[in-house]
Amino acid sequence: MFVLGAVAEHSGLNSGDIIFQLLMFLILLALLRKYAFGPLMGIMKQREEHIANEIEQAEKHHQEAKKLAEEQRALMKQSRQEAQALIENARKLGEEQKEQIIAAARAEAERLKETAKKEIEREKEQAVAALREQVASLSVLIASKVIEKELTEQDQAKLIQEYIHEVGEGR
Amino acid sequence: MEHGSPTAEFLGFTFNLANILMITVTSVIVFIIAVLATRNLSMKPTGMQNFLEWVVDFVKNIIKSNMDWKTGGRFHMLGLTLIMYIFVANMLGLPFSVVIDGKLWWKSPTADPVVTLTLAIMVVALSHYYGIKLNGFGHYMKGFFSPMWFLFPLKIIEEFANTLTLGLRLYGNIFAGEILLGLLAGGLATGVGGTVAAIIPTIAWQGFSVFVGAIQAFIFTMLTMVYMAHKVSHDH
Repeated sequence: MFVLGAVAEHSGLNSGDIIFQLLMFLILLALLRKYAFGPLMGIMKQREEHIANEIEQAEKHHQEAKKLAEEQRALMKQSRQEAQALIENARKLGEEQKEQIIAAARAEAERLKETAKKEIEREKEQAVAALREQVASLSVLIASKVIEKELTEQDQAKLIQEYIHEVGEGR
Repeated sequence: MEHGSPTAEFLGFTFNLANILMITVTSVIVFIIAVLATRNLSMKPTGMQNFLEWVVDFVKNIIKSNMDWKTGGRFHMLGLTLIMYIFVANMLGLPFSVVIDGKLWWKSPTADPVVTLTLAIMVVALSHYYGIKLNGFGHYMKGFFSPMWFLFPLKIIEEFANTLTLGLRLYGNIFAGEILLGLLAGGLATGVGGTVAAIIPTIAWQGFSVFVGAIQAFIFTMLTMVYMAHKVSHDH
């Protein structure tokens, strides 16, 4: 059946070429679709979806992060306010305590001074009383001695002086 | 450069065996490129996968510039196959051509009008098919009489003109490129001086042919989508 054409020139239409070209083209198309471009487009589509997904995710994350930051900021603000209030309170408390302590100390000091004064007063009175007692007994002693010795006026004076002196020393 | 073509008769059809060979080679190369590039698919594309994804996006943009993606998505695979097939086909004839016994065996399959017109007719037929399928027969017929009824003959001519220009533009560009390459290599490069003289224009023309081949592949795909959009869209 295969007869190589003896005539070199085109003798009319190469009808076989048309059929062959068409057939080959359709086969090529089918093969390419099945083995090359089908999978390729599949993966391109997959990548498209993947990227869209990623972008969506990223946007969501971004939104979340924004929200978190906002929350954090609010919290920060709140805690700062709280800290401020705490410090203020502490300062007030300290001020009050200071006042109290000072007042207490002052009162204490006043009281101490008062007691000390009273003590001094009492001591003084005691001393005066004791002195008075002693003077009285001394006077009696002197008088007895004077009587015993019959002293001159000068001696008497001298004696008194001596006794007074003695008293002064004894105190 | 006049070369004969190796033809054969089979079941009453005439086959150009060179075309058969080159169509097969082109298809196999396209398939191998595509499969190699998509062998290790990963979410983080590397190397060839990047390239093929770029092609996919490129064709997607071509379609999107003509119609909305909801209608155009179904032509994605067609556009991808077209652009890769035509580009590879255009490139195949550039590095060399093989002539055995005065018969041209290795060339671009797109340097044959039969092949390019087959592709063009296929595309136009598909556009008619989808025009009817998506918009209904009434709307499809109305397309021939709008905006004015007396434009009907022009519309009919337009369909044939579209088909012819789509196929012959590709054929003309690639065939001309190969002819010139053949002239430079076979006609000029005959002695030492001629070979030296032929080097620079050959390199230049090959570079230009690569450019033309890429552009033609793009134009073919683009026009395919334009015709599709013309038939498929609702506002026409």
